[in-house]
Formats: sequence, structure tokens, C-alpha cells
Amino acid sequence: MRPFSYSRARTLGDAAQLTHDDTALAIAGGTNLLDLMKLQVETPETLADISRIGFGGIEDTDDGGLSIGALASNTETAVHPRVRSDYPVLARAILAGATQQLRNKATTGGNLCQRTRCFYFTNIDQPCNKREPGSGCGAIDGIAKLHAVLGTSDQCIATYPGDMAVALSALDAQVEIAKSGGDTRTVPVRDFHCLPGDTPWRENVLEEGELITAVTLPAPVGGTQIYRKVRERSSYAFALVSVAAVVEIEDGKFTRADLAFGGLAHKPWQDPRIGEALMGKVPSDDLFDKAADILLEDARGFGENDFKIPLARRTLHAVLQNATEAAA
Amino acid sequence: MTDTISVNGQQHTLPSDPRTSLLDFLRHDLGLTGTKKGCDHGQCGACTVIVNGIRINSCLTLAAMHDGDEVTTIEGLGTPDNPSALQKAFLEHDGFQCGYCTPGQICSATAMLQEIANNWPSDASESLEGEMAATGEEIRERMSGNLCRCGAYANIVAAISEVAEESA
Repeated sequence: MRPFSYSRARTLGDAAQLTHDDTALAIAGGTNLLDLMKLQVETPETLADISRIGFGGIEDTDDGGLSIGALASNTETAVHPRVRSDYPVLARAILAGATQQLRNKATTGGNLCQRTRCFYFTNIDQPCNKREPGSGCGAIDGIAKLHAVLGTSDQCIATYPGDMAVALSALDAQVEIAKSGGDTRTVPVRDFHCLPGDTPWRENVLEEGELITAVTLPAPVGGTQIYRKVRERSSYAFALVSVAAVVEIEDGKFTRADLAFGGLAHKPWQDPRIGEALMGKVPSDDLFDKAADILLEDARGFGENDFKIPLARRTLHAVLQNATEAAA
Repeated sequence: MTDTISVNGQQHTLPSDPRTSLLDFLRHDLGLTGTKKGCDHGQCGACTVIVNGIRINSCLTLAAMHDGDEVTTIEGLGTPDNPSALQKAFLEHDGFQCGYCTPGQICSATAMLQEIANNWPSDASESLEGEMAATGEEIRERMSGNLCRCGAYANIVAAISEVAEESA
């Protein structure tokens, strides 16, 4: 690990001050950042420890929703009684990721900001436009089993690896952000992560000096909530494909179909046309196929990950089938 | 004011180099070599310790971030003369071969039994709510952060199951 100076922030203001510099990084749980620092993928000159500035609470909001502090651990979120009863797709998504040891340290904010697990990104001897702009993308003609099939660019085909944000997207959660001057702004989780385009190093909309303070969930909508994660082993593996679904069926027809997909793109993937195609329709194999056609219309594989296209189709089909059975 | 950390009930001063992981601090600075360095990247679980009652990978956290925390390592769970219930069960069930992953397995399992007692769900739980049970399937899922390259998993699950049944 390269030498760095370590400072402990006591307040949000401290934290914003200490990180308002492109050689400084904030550290909270540290499970992703320290891993990348050992690999010298990240080489900050200053680490600002923000783990003790508050913002770890999970509280009811005035409109019946739930505010999850940026520093709440993934475990604290997944076991929170209201998350389990009102937002089960979120609890399921978190529990499907990593290990108990990692979830005990990982935080809400850090989970949203975690970096891709692309092998070219994490190996400094390999080309990577995300890590070293202009050096090329090793994955496009290389080892690409985990890589994206939607929203890729000729610069980068990495995936966003997390599960939590996929469920948060389906639940229409908002990211609360504090700016260094004391201002705040709110960004929907579904708009928080970026597609790679020509700037693959830019993974989310956070600007320098901005910190996530919380994620806010709207009042619970109920329905059948499913998180289906397909991976290469049954525990502790990143998603090849995942589907978060919040679905309601009334009088035999879809009255809600909020879907988000993991493992397919550089961000949790959502396409409002899928829900529109399902709404008001009677569940059927043909309808599920139509939904998958919309999802995968522009899908493109890179050899090793071609399998993700039929796998995403089958996983979406299975989730809609399960939701239909649950509503019957 | 000096930053201190409690390890197995004893106070220690935190290291001056901020790069020192909690794992290296325990092994190199304190000589508590029971906690093992396997992958050093949070993938194998050999470095698992219990901090403020919660199990974590000591390789993926800086010692400097633990001012005022209480750490329990394998040395703090029991001794050869007075082993903990899990330490005894691992011996009785032959829950290891080379033994390198064992301290991490036992620290992890110690905290895991408390998580089940708290009724925290896992990915293997049928329901997110209600009482959780230490079934074989639950133990395998909840212990997935601890690898055993010798493949002693069957005996590890048997050892943990026995202690879970005794304490249920």
C-alpha cells in the first residue's frame, strides 16, 4: 500500500473539507477501498475517516418512508424490522451479496460507490480506460464473463457489481447528497450511476467535495417483492444476472411492475418500457417474452458473456412467473 | 490524547503507521498470531475477528480506525486448558486438517451463533422474519465467508451444529 496521511473527520463539515481535493478519499467501511489500495488501483495521498461523523441511523420519514443513513452497515439495514417487513426486496438483495463479515463493515454510501470487479480494472499491469484513461479496454477482446451486455461503449464494458442498488432502483429510492458548502441535493438511485460512454472513469454523479448522507425510501408499496440473483456458486459471488421486482397483480392483471436488473450494465439497469408493456396485461409466457424482448433489444455480448443474454431472458421470465404464482 | 484499542480485555496503543491493517497490528505488533493472514483481500475469512461483538475481516480495516473498540481474537475465546464450546467441538469433530483457517472459522462461528440468536435472517432463510434456526443450510450460507482449502467443511458444520443445538 502506498503511504498516505490519515485524518479522522468529526463532523460532516470536516469530512467535506478533508475530501475536497482529488488526492483525498473518504473511508468508512473500507472493504472495497482498502482492497483497491493494496492493489495500488487506488493511491490516495489522504484518507479521511468519515466513519464517526454520525449519519448511521435508520429512521422513519414523515411521509411513511424510511431514511437509511449513509454509514448504516449493510447488516444493520438488512436486519432492520421495517426493511424486512416493508422493503423485503432490499433485505434480500443485501443478504444475497458478499459475506456476513463484509456486510458488517460495508456501508450504504460505500456500497453505492463500490468499484467494478472487472479483472482489468483491478490489475494495474493491464490496460483499463477506467483506471488509466486512454490505455484501452482489455476486456472487450479478453476475459469478459462478468461483463456488461447493455449500455456498453467502445471504451468500457465493466458492470456495476452491487446488489443493494438494484433493489433500491426498483423501490425508487433517492440518494441524499451533501455538498461541501452546506447545500444538499437529492438524486434518484436510478440516476446515480453513469453509463461508461467516453468517460468510463466517472461511475456516478458525485462531484468533488460531495458526500452521500442517506438513502431515502418512499412509503412502502407492498406487492410481491423478489430479488433473484444468478451466480456461479450459491454464496459469496457477484451476480451474472439479477432481477429486483416489485410486482402487484389485481383481478388477474399487472397493476405494478417495477423492475431493475443487476449484472448486465455499468449501472443498475431499468427500462420503463418493460413496466409499461406489463401494466394492465394478463400474465402469460408470451407477455413475459415480450418484456424480455424489450429488455434485450439492444443487448450485445462480447464472446465470453454472450450467455448473459439468454440467461437474463430466463431469469426475468422466472421472476415474473414466481410473482404471478405468489399473487394467485 | 493517545488512541487505544482493547484486545482480549487488554488496552494497547494504536500503531503510528496508518497503513497498518488491524490484522497486521494483531499479529506483528501484539504477537497474537492466532489470527491468520490468508488472502489479505477479504475473500478467505482466515483473519476473522470479533470487534464490538461483530465479526469482520481484520485484513480489510485499518487499525487506526479502531480507537476505543473492543477486539476479541481466537486467543480471547479460550485457552488449551479452558477451550470455548466451539473450540472443543472443532477438536471433537475433527473440524480441520491443516488448521490454518480454524481460528477464523471459530471466531466467525462464535459471532454467527449470536446472529442466529438475534434472529437475523440470511440468504438461506425462508422467511426474513420470525425465529431463525441453525440448520445445515443456514450454517453453510452464514459461514460462506470462511474458506477451508482442506475441505473440512462437513466436520466444520457438524462441530457448529453441535454447539448450536447445545445452546438452543
